[in-house]
Amino acid sequence: MRRCFKSEEDSLCVFYVPRQFCIRVYDLSASTVKDRFGNPEMMMTLFPQKLLNRFRVPAFVVLAACAGPSPDADGGGRIYDPYENTNRAIHTFNRGLDKAFFRPAAKGYVAVIPRPMVNSFNMFAENLSLPGQMVDYLLQGKPKEACTTLFRFVVNSTVGFAGLADPASDFEIPRADTDFGVTLHVWGFAEGPYLELPFYGPSTARDAVGVVVNLFTNPIDFAPTRPINNLGLYAEIVRRLGDRGLYSDTVDSILYGSSDSYAQLRLIYLQNRRFELATDNEDAYLGLYSDPYSDTGTPVATDATDPYEDPYAE
Amino acid sequence: MPSKLFSRRSFATTLAAGLTALSLPVPAFALTEAGAASLVNEVVTEINRVIASGKSESAMIKDFERIFVRYGDVPIMARYALGPDARSASSAQLRNFTNAFQGYISRKYGKRFREFIGGTVTVQAARKIKAGYEVRTKVKLQGQAPFDVTFLVSDKSGKDKFFNMFIEGVNLLLTERTEIGSMLDRRRGDIDAVIRDLASAG
Repeated sequence: MRRCFKSEEDSLCVFYVPRQFCIRVYDLSASTVKDRFGNPEMMMTLFPQKLLNRFRVPAFVVLAACAGPSPDADGGGRIYDPYENTNRAIHTFNRGLDKAFFRPAAKGYVAVIPRPMVNSFNMFAENLSLPGQMVDYLLQGKPKEACTTLFRFVVNSTVGFAGLADPASDFEIPRADTDFGVTLHVWGFAEGPYLELPFYGPSTARDAVGVVVNLFTNPIDFAPTRPINNLGLYAEIVRRLGDRGLYSDTVDSILYGSSDSYAQLRLIYLQNRRFELATDNEDAYLGLYSDPYSDTGTPVATDATDPYEDPYAE
Repeated sequence: MPSKLFSRRSFATTLAAGLTALSLPVPAFALTEAGAASLVNEVVTEINRVIASGKSESAMIKDFERIFVRYGDVPIMARYALGPDARSASSAQLRNFTNAFQGYISRKYGKRFREFIGGTVTVQAARKIKAGYEVRTKVKLQGQAPFDVTFLVSDKSGKDKFFNMFIEGVNLLLTERTEIGSMLDRRRGDIDAVIRDLASAG
C-alpha cells in the first residue's frame, strides 16, 4: 500500500498511504513527525524541514497534501476524486450560497458601481497580494520574478494611487501570478485529490494547503502600522465579487446551465490549474534544453510534447 | 517557448515551407503550419463580420452555426462528445445527434458573442501534432488581461477543419464530452432522449 519514490527535482520523499488517511494535520515543531494519533507509520509527507525553517513558514500546522495515483505530468482531464460524495455535498452548499447571496450581490455590485471602479478595486486587491506573491516566488527559487513583483508593487502603490491604478502594466512590468499551491508544485508535491472547499470553491489537496498557508505569508499583514486588519482578505472578497459579476454569464452557464455542474466545474478547474502549472514549468524546461531544431523550422512533435488526444483515432 | 511571437527567421521558414507545400502536388501535405494559422485568422474575421452586422441574436446564431459547419469538423466533434456510446449508436442516431449537437454548440457559444465585441486574436505559433496542427493564439478581450487560446486543426476529414479548442488549458471538446456524458447518465444511456434534450439545450 505504501510506495516511496524520489522526485526528480529534489530529494523529497513522499509516502503514499490508503486514501482514508490522506489529509492529516502535523505538528512540525516535533522532532519526529507523527500523525494526530501519534502514529509515525501513518505519516505520508515529509516536509523539507530545513526549507521551512529557513524561510520561517508558519510552522505550527501544515496540512500535508496526499499524492494521487498517477503523477502530475499529464495535461489531460485526469480526475482523482475519492471524496466525491463529500465534495458534491459541499458543491450543493456553495451553489445555494451563490444563488442566494453571492450572485445577486455580485450582479448588484457591477450594476451599481461603474466598470472602471470595479477594475480599480480589483487592481487594489491584486496589488495588496503582491508582497505575498513575491514571497512565493522567492520560495520557488525565482529571484527575478520576485524582483519584478516587488517593483510592480512599489510602482502601483506610489504612482498608481495605492494600487487603484495599474501604471506598472503601462511600463510593461510583467504581472505576477503565483501562490503557495504553485510553490508546493515546484517543490515536487503532487496535486492530490480534488476538493471543493466551502465558500471558496474548487481546489485540490495541494492547492487547499496553499490557500491556508497564503493567509499567513503576506508580509503586509505583519506591517507595524496597517489601516485595517485583514485588509487583504476583504479586498480579495470584493475582487471575487467583481469577477463573479463581470463574468456572470460564464459562471452561470457552468453552475446553472449544465446538466452536472459539479462535474463541469471540477473538469474546468483541474484543466485550467494544470495548464497554469505546466506553462510555469515549460519556461524552466525550455531554458535548460533549448531545441536545436527551433531555428530551422517547427519540428514534428513527439509523444512527449504532444498532449492532444486524437479524436480521429477512435 | 510557446507564447513567443514568430521570430522573423522562423516566420520566413514557415512561410517558405507553406509556399513549397503549395507547389507540391502531394495532397497529404495540403495543410501546413502557415495554412493552419491563416485558417484561424479567416474564421476570426468571419465571426467579427457577423458580430458587426448588428443582426438579431437568433439571426447571428444561425450565422455562427454556418461558420461552425464550414470551419469545424462537426461529425468528429459530435462523435467524440458522445463518447463510447457512439460505437453502439446506429448511423441514423449518429446523424441526428450530430445535427442536435451542432445546434446546441452554436446556441451555447453564439449567445455569448457580446463578450467578443472588439476582441482581437493574435496567432503566435503553429506546429505539427499527431492529430493535425496546433495553432497557439493570444486573445485580448475588452477590459481583460490577454489569455491563451489554442486551436487544433486537421485535414483528416478531407478539408482543413477545426476539431478542438483550448481556452487557458480548458479542453472544450472534453468539457462537452463530460456534459453529454452527464446528459446520457440522466437519461440512462438513451441517446434518442439526449438528442431531444439537446434540441432545447444551450
